[in-house]
Parts: sequence; C-alpha cells; structure tokens
Amino acid sequence: MTALILEQLLNGLQLGVLLFLIAAGLTLIFGVMDFINLSHGSLFMLGAYFAVLFQGLTGSFLFAVGLAGLAVCLIGLLFEVLLVRRLYDRSHLDHVLVTYGLILVANESVSIVWGASPVFSGLPGELSGLVALPFGISYPLYRLLVIAVGIAVAALLFWLVKETRVGMRVRAGATNRTIVSVMGVNISLLFTMVFAFGAFLAGLAGALAGPLLSVQPGMGETVLILSFVVVVIGGLGSIKGALLAAVMVGLIDTMGRAFLRDFLSAFFSPRVASEAGPALASMLVYILMALILFFRPEGLLPMQKRS
Amino acid sequence: MRKTLTSLGLLAAMSAGSAMADETVDVGLIFSLSGSGAVLGTEMQKGADLALEISGGKLGGLDARFVYEDDQRKPDVGKTAAEKLTRSEKVDFIIGPSYSNVMMAVHTPVVRSGTILISPNPAPADLAGKSCNENYFAVPFQNDQPSEALGLYLNDKGISKVFVVVPNYQAGKDVVDGFKRTFKGEIVSEIYTSLEQNDFSAEMTEIKSRAPEAVLAFMPGGLGVQFVKQYDQAGLKSQADLYTIFTVFNGVSLDAIGAAADGVYSVDQWTYDLDNAANQEFVTAYRAKYGTLPSNFAAMAYDAVRLVDGAVTAAGGIEDKDALRKAIKAASFQSVRGDFAFNNNQHPIHSMYLAKVSQDDEAGALAVKREALIVEKMVDSFAGDCGLE
Repeated sequence: MTALILEQLLNGLQLGVLLFLIAAGLTLIFGVMDFINLSHGSLFMLGAYFAVLFQGLTGSFLFAVGLAGLAVCLIGLLFEVLLVRRLYDRSHLDHVLVTYGLILVANESVSIVWGASPVFSGLPGELSGLVALPFGISYPLYRLLVIAVGIAVAALLFWLVKETRVGMRVRAGATNRTIVSVMGVNISLLFTMVFAFGAFLAGLAGALAGPLLSVQPGMGETVLILSFVVVVIGGLGSIKGALLAAVMVGLIDTMGRAFLRDFLSAFFSPRVASEAGPALASMLVYILMALILFFRPEGLLPMQKRS
Repeated sequence: MRKTLTSLGLLAAMSAGSAMADETVDVGLIFSLSGSGAVLGTEMQKGADLALEISGGKLGGLDARFVYEDDQRKPDVGKTAAEKLTRSEKVDFIIGPSYSNVMMAVHTPVVRSGTILISPNPAPADLAGKSCNENYFAVPFQNDQPSEALGLYLNDKGISKVFVVVPNYQAGKDVVDGFKRTFKGEIVSEIYTSLEQNDFSAEMTEIKSRAPEAVLAFMPGGLGVQFVKQYDQAGLKSQADLYTIFTVFNGVSLDAIGAAADGVYSVDQWTYDLDNAANQEFVTAYRAKYGTLPSNFAAMAYDAVRLVDGAVTAAGGIEDKDALRKAIKAASFQSVRGDFAFNNNQHPIHSMYLAKVSQDDEAGALAVKREALIVEKMVDSFAGDCGLE
C-alpha cells in the first residue's frame, strides 16, 4: 500500500511539474504585461511537433527537445514583436479575441503541414526503461526525467527572478509598470524577453510531453484549461504560486483518480461509489479552484500589485 | 444551318441532362472531418471515395453524387447537417456519422424524413433494440458485439482476472455492459476515465497494483495513441496482455503509436488479411490509392457504399423506396467480411475475430492481423427487442 501511494504521488508530481512549465510562462506574461494569452497552449503543441521534427533531423531526443524549446521561443518572439505588442493597451477582451484567433490559425497550420492525424513521437531506447526505486517501486525512467527537468527549470526561474537584475526588473514591472519605465528601463525590450521566455517554457513542456501524449492538432487546449486553473489558484503573476498550485493540482487530480472511488466505497454502496467516483475525481480540481476563488480570490501566493 | 445544328445538339444535350438528373443517386455523407474526431472521419472518407471510384462514379449503374458534411464530432452540428441533407439537398441515402453521440442526434430527423440512414461505425444499443427503424441500417456491428466476443474468448482461454479501462461516456459503458454479459471471470477493477484525459499514469499504477491477467481497454481516436504508448512505457506489456476495442487500427493509429503497439490484441469484425475476393480487391485498390493498409473504419465505409450500390442494382433504381429497403435488408453485395447478413433489426450477423498487432513484412509496417476466429454468425443482444421482422 505504501508503495502504491508513493508511486501515485510520483505520478501526481510529474503531472504537476509539466503543468508548472506551462503555467509559469502564462503567469509571467499575465503578471508582467497584464496580457491574457490563450494561444499559450498552441505554443505547447508547436513544441511537441518541433521535437518530432528535430528528432527526425538530428536523431538525438534530448537535443531535439532543446531545439524545439528554442524554436518555439523564436516564434514567441515574432508573435510579440509583430502582434502582441500592439495589444498591451487594449482591453482583455481584445487579447482574448486575438489569441483565440491564433489558436485556430495554429491548429489549422499544423494540420496543413503534418495532417489532422496524430504523428509518431516515441522515446529513444535508453530513456524507455524502468528504474527500481526504494519500497519495491519500478518507475518509468522518462517520467523521472520529466520531474528532474521540471525541478531544474523551477530552480532556474527562482534564481532568475530573485537574484538577477533582469529578474528584479521583471518583478518591478509586474508591480508597477509606469514607474519602471520612468526609471529608464526599456520596458518594451523587457516585455519581449518575458514573452519569448514564456514561449520557451511552453515549447519545452510540449517537447517533453510529446512521447507521453498523442501529438495532434488541438492537443494544447486541454492542457491550457488546467494551466489556467493553476494560474488562478496560485495567484496571477506569481511564479511561487504557480509552482505550489501546479503541484497541488497535479497531486489532487492524480490522487482523486487513483483513490477517490475506494475512499467513497467506504461510505456508500459500491455501485454509488463507482458511479460518483470518476465523476467527482474529474471535478476535484475545479472544486478546489472554486473554493480558492471564494475564500482567497487573489490566489494562494499573489503578487503585490500596486497601480 | 450550322447554327441550327449546334443548337439542336445543345437541346439534345440539355434534355439528356435533365433526364439524367432524375436518375442520379444522391448520397449524403456526414463524417467528423475536423477537430480531434477527424482521425476516424478521414479514414471513412477514404473508404467511401475508393468504393465510388472502383464502381466508376456510378452506384447501381446510375450516376452518383457524394455530398460531404463535417459534423466535427458535435451532435448539434451533425443534426444541422442531417437537416440540410434531407431538406435542401434531398439526398436518397445518408451514410454516417462517425461517432455514437452524433448518431443519437442525427438518427431521428433522418429516419423521420424517410431517408435511408446507413451507419458506417456507431451502433448504440438503443437503436438496435426498442428504437430500431425500417430506415436505419448498421453496417459494421452493434456497439456491444466486440466486447461480448472478447468475453467469450477470455472464458475459452481460461483467463479469470481482467482489468477494464474505458472513457466515462455512453459508448464506454456499452463496452463494459457487453463484456459483463458474456465474461464469466472476475473483473478486478473497472475504471472510467475522462474523455479529456491525456495522461494515464494513475491508471497504469493502479493496473500494476491489481496484477490482472489481462486488461480490456476501449480508447477511441487520439486517446488510444496515448494509452497504448503509456501502457508500454509503464512496463505493463510484459505483465498483462492488452486487449483493445476500437483503439488500434492500420495506418495512422499504428504509425503514431509505433513499436509500443506490437503484440496488442484487438477484437474486430474485419481484418485486412481476411481471405475472400471482395476483401482482396479492396485491400489491393486501397494500397494502390493511399499507400497504406486500410483501417477497419475505411473498410466499413467502403462496405456501406457497396451496400448502396448493390441495393440500387437489385431494386432497379431509386424510385421505389420499399423495394430499396428490401434490397438493402437482403444485403445484395459482397462484404469485405465475406459472410454477412442483416438480422431482423437491420444490424449485422457476422463473424468476430481476435486480431493481434504484428509486423506485416510485405507492407513493411505494423498491422492488425487476424489471429483467431472467436464466433461465427454472431447476432447482437438486442434484436429480440426490435419490432421489425
């Protein structure tokens, strides 16, 4: 039983880490630029497709993941310079309209280039084994790798935001944009960098998720919804909040799917438990979000925002 | 003089044209051609197009016209498409849709309008039993049949501990109901996953902890790609055989899963290596046109068009609806399945096979290959509830 719970905890952590990679970019962009980017999921999808493309070209999986992240970063950069930059002064409704349009464009372009059917995205042999862990758990090596990459990226992000000059400006920009630009910081360059970096994280997450998921048009949307939940729970603009919320959402979702039915059958008849269990498990995350919105509308660890 | 001749010729051509228009077989096809359901819809489109091409653009000797509609796997969109096809296009037949949820929305408006509805894939239990209709024909199977057949097979093999994973919606429950109807062993656990779910790590851990002898999974479309990949990555393939229904198929599905699919079982009413003339003609033509082995979905859409072709020939045209219905029910065509007949509820009586994914050396790709015949001349469980004779 301990082994089972521990293994499910690992599963939850892995899902949480993947969500964090996506939500971190989303929350940075929202916190710093006050910009709602619905097309963030499309960047995730592009990351997965680019990883497949580069793996075919270079033959190395890890190299392809890195390249895919960079390629999506470049696309994010172009997005920002050509389109998004013009929207900062507009209302949120305009952001939503334009970025929703981008989702449609991205899905359609991907199905023109790669077709509407899923494409193959496999693991190289050396990453597809199982690792023996304490308590008799054998866990897929690749999922452990995803967890490790996620933790490394989280550490890097905290260091960047807390300790570096750029990070200081990002924090300042999130707190009060006008003052930052009055102080002589090139705010538009800062915005471009943040947007491109957010895109890089989404692309990296997509590339890492490729071998686990079905790489097909529209694969970004389901992930996008969960990452918005993470951003809302964590507090808009807060990296620390995003990490906490992502791990919480990952754990709650996984544990709910794994144990809720057995838990319910302790109180109700097996029939009721097997009917209500799966239904309730898929709602748990949203119930959590509703509770947070009710008791702490600003999220768990909100940014200090003055304007 | 010359001018008169030309106009006479034109007149003749025009009258010929209008005479032809009355004798055109109009077929509306409602498939899921965009969105995440497009994986199946495009397969069906390939099969239907091939059937029309082979018969030289004619059905039953008459000129034929295909009108495609995309339902995006959404019931409301499918219903609008069905109304358009029956009211303004006034088609003679509708083939479609691709999914059960759309079928439930499309069925009533089509059969009420008197148009003949032929299902190339979904066949929910309700429409096979109490709500059967003289204008509705299901070509591939009744939804519960594959899992009923699997239950029989596992009984026979002496497998007694099975783990079941299906998506939490009507078709998933149909599969489980069908399986329970015939399987005599113990179902160690049944898990219903969300249709939106793409990571199955929690389910894989659960399967591992219950140590079943076999796993039954029904994961349609893109879900199947993720499920089979993750099943392999979790190292489960060596622990329990994976039996699937509507999950893996030749072409795009196996290409996307890759080697992880090797050795996975599937229960089907048709496989590409069935030994009969109609099937060989179909597989050869399909490979020549599209370059891959045909999927089950393409084969069933092909059968649906051939059924129309045979019925129009037998009824001698499309004017007499009663004669047409009778001709369809007599199944006057060569199914790629070989043995095929309609039951009183207009659902198939046919054989069910166990198939296994393995390498096809000639095609140089993985393929769902026939492994064993499970049951011959199988009827569905709902024919008794249907009032038709």
